[in-house]
Amino acid sequence: MALLRTLGCLLLVVPLSLHAASPKVSEFKLDNGMKLLVQEDHRAPVAVTQVWYKVGASYEHGGITGISHMLEHMMFKGTKKHPPGEFSRIISANGGSENAFTGDDYTAYFQTLEKSRLPVSFEMEADRMRNLKLLPDEFAKEQQVVLEERRLRTDDQPRAKLGEQFNAVAFSNSPYRNPVIGWPDDVSRLTVVDLAAWYQSWYAPNNATVVVVGDVNPAEVYKLAQKHFGPLKPSQLPVVKPQAEIEQTGLRRITVKAPAKLPYVAMGYKTPVLHGAAEEWEPYALEVAAGVLDGGNSARLESRLVRGQQIAASVGAGYDLYARMPSLLMIEGTPVQTKTAADLEKSLLEEVRLLRDEPVTAEELDRVKAQVLANKVFERDSIFNQAMQLGTAETVGLGWQKVDEFVDKINAVTPQQVQQVAKKYLTEDRLSIGHLDPQPIPEGQIAPEDRAPVGGDHVR
Amino acid sequence: MYAKRLSIVLCAILAVWAMCAQAGLKIQTWTSANGARVYFVPTEGLPLVDIRVVFDAGSARDGTQFGLATLTSGLLDTGAGQWDADAIAQRLEGVGARLGTGVSRDTAWVSLRSLTTPKLLEPALETMREIIQHPGFNVTDFEREKKNLLVGLKQREESPADLAGIAFFQALYGEHPYAHPKEGIIATVEKLTREDLQKFYQRHYVAKNALIVIVGEVDKAKAESIADGLLSGLPAGEAAPALPAVAQPSASKTERKFFPSAQTHVFSGVPGMKAGDPDYFPLYVGNHILGGSGLVSKISAEVREKRGLSYSAYSYFYPFRVEGPFMMGLQTKKGQSDEALSVMQDTLRDFINAGPSAKELEASKKNITGGFAMRLDSNQKLIDQVASLAFYGLPLDYMDTFIGKVDAVTPQQIQKAFKARIDPDKLQTVLVGADGPREK
Repeated sequence: MALLRTLGCLLLVVPLSLHAASPKVSEFKLDNGMKLLVQEDHRAPVAVTQVWYKVGASYEHGGITGISHMLEHMMFKGTKKHPPGEFSRIISANGGSENAFTGDDYTAYFQTLEKSRLPVSFEMEADRMRNLKLLPDEFAKEQQVVLEERRLRTDDQPRAKLGEQFNAVAFSNSPYRNPVIGWPDDVSRLTVVDLAAWYQSWYAPNNATVVVVGDVNPAEVYKLAQKHFGPLKPSQLPVVKPQAEIEQTGLRRITVKAPAKLPYVAMGYKTPVLHGAAEEWEPYALEVAAGVLDGGNSARLESRLVRGQQIAASVGAGYDLYARMPSLLMIEGTPVQTKTAADLEKSLLEEVRLLRDEPVTAEELDRVKAQVLANKVFERDSIFNQAMQLGTAETVGLGWQKVDEFVDKINAVTPQQVQQVAKKYLTEDRLSIGHLDPQPIPEGQIAPEDRAPVGGDHVR
Repeated sequence: MYAKRLSIVLCAILAVWAMCAQAGLKIQTWTSANGARVYFVPTEGLPLVDIRVVFDAGSARDGTQFGLATLTSGLLDTGAGQWDADAIAQRLEGVGARLGTGVSRDTAWVSLRSLTTPKLLEPALETMREIIQHPGFNVTDFEREKKNLLVGLKQREESPADLAGIAFFQALYGEHPYAHPKEGIIATVEKLTREDLQKFYQRHYVAKNALIVIVGEVDKAKAESIADGLLSGLPAGEAAPALPAVAQPSASKTERKFFPSAQTHVFSGVPGMKAGDPDYFPLYVGNHILGGSGLVSKISAEVREKRGLSYSAYSYFYPFRVEGPFMMGLQTKKGQSDEALSVMQDTLRDFINAGPSAKELEASKKNITGGFAMRLDSNQKLIDQVASLAFYGLPLDYMDTFIGKVDAVTPQQIQKAFKARIDPDKLQTVLVGADGPREK
């Protein structure tokens, strides 16, 4: 059986010879400094517009954490020309869907529309890039909405709570120590004045990249961008201070107690990322290392810890080489009911030790590469994801061209390089470990109430 | 931040599916020799193919063994033919293919996404065939997967949203097979045996209870050989019997449960409509106005935009084989759940009493018809839509007539359909969280 499996493997792993041609990206720059990236995809008569700003949680300082996200919410609350909610109504009436997202390194707004409606999205995005009207009444309500969002996403999710506090321990001074949504006290004390200042500082064409992917003609999109975004005035942008994380010189630990049913372990190793990497191959080797650990059901964590040793009920590993600043290679898991978090932690550390001590096998490396190659094609099924990749790479300062290099760079990684980065970065001195310590959940009582339906008799 | 959650997906709310598709979409269809229906949509532009085999083998077929459909599905790719779980995973991942298995209340499915290059596609198809036709249900795999499912069920108890969702379905469906959560409950999963799973598999994973959808850059001959290869080895078997009818609640009921969370999660609704329901279009378009169109819908406007009471507030119809739920939902901090619930229910009541305005209807029609192209702008969306259409036996020209049917809906039809289906005095309401009664 074992022999059969190995043979099967050798026969099946296919070298990365077929390289599906990457779609062409057209890059333009307006006189006011705004960047425009257009990628054609003519499979369906639709287009996605994403406007990316170089601002996010990692640009924030103490006391105003969460301000980028809060401002993202307020960007739907009207301009001098459009009253609150009007943007959403216009996009909706044009058959579009829209939303926005904020991360550590970016704030982005998007609309997906039938291709002929592209001008609608450009008109609106250009308007709110410079003319946002921050109304105190709207802000007061939206602040409550964001606090509800925080309760929903973090406060009431034991693992998210651990994650938030874990980051605050793993990073000493890097702004990655703060949650994107902001610390609760900061969020509840933000003011319209704070937001106006943040908006004035960062929302300008020379701090934005507009990405359009879909059934469009790049030259026409450029013309349209000139018409709508061209007249906007650039700003003098604040200087972004590096805030480089101090060197970690020993293991860090944190335990978070929360009402929960299961223990949970999270581990993170300080790692470089592509942006600012001294050796460009290293982040790609770290990406492969994460793939060897968790690139599907055949990867080490799943096959050894969930199936083989049956120590974990679930495991995962992840690494984001497209962050703006040095980040973490994360490993996490839930033990099976007969094992403890400490048992699982030991097994996870043992897997990391193996990455340091032995080169990965050729078969493992080939499987990671085969998946990377296939994913590159699969990703192109979604115009939204294509735009996401271009926008991210551009906004963190790498340049969109990095997206195209990904397959070749991964393909060039050797087993020795994976071992080298493991030895260099996946070490105890760079490690932080977090444990979720589940606290009993008081038994709730179900209280049926056969009263008349509420409605009509409540206080408004 | 974290790469992966528990592998068992424990979302209390069902996978959303929308019954719409692109005008002019050409679905080719035929029946395999052993009785499975085949649906094929050729696409161009990307060298990939998506395949989904759907069985009428969802959790509604669990009987009293809640969790049976989920665990059966979960075992499929842990051993099949001559291969164990490692070999299966290596075979698939070595060619970059993605195989998925899962269940809903109505269905169980096995899906594959692969590049079309034969040396990559053929091994993936061969593996998928064995998973569908010759799953091993080995003792070790069974014991492990069962234990891990139980861990997942325990984790579900950490989530007031999950607990509220489970209580809501229970309140709506009572003794009906839709009542229990599709992953099962601890008490019933603990009792499941390997033989239970084998029996379930043998009964339900048969050709007459199956359909296959193929979407991608392959020709008809290849689609035929894919369908044959995956299904011809299955016994013909029998289609699953009709599901029992859903009874409407006779009176309103509100349940409250304490949970040590910052928020209270609120669900309120009644059994709504089935797939292919004659009132589908008035109800769908009407609900788009009421609570189905994000921030611009009435419920969101009242609960979130005007009052800041919740991050999300919505209403949806989920058409199933028989009446799926109409559900409204929101989450809000301690002390506000009564107010938020009242606002939401009043919005429903006002909408039913007054009906939509001509302007509201016009705006919703514009959104639905203007955004029609986005419903099928990827192979992924295409296969989702065709699989729903196929499973629920909707007409193949459904997509061609969709825009016309949306445009034809009148305010009177919406009001009439809502009045007939949703009695605001019979809503089943569940609140789980900070505002619940503490233990005596």
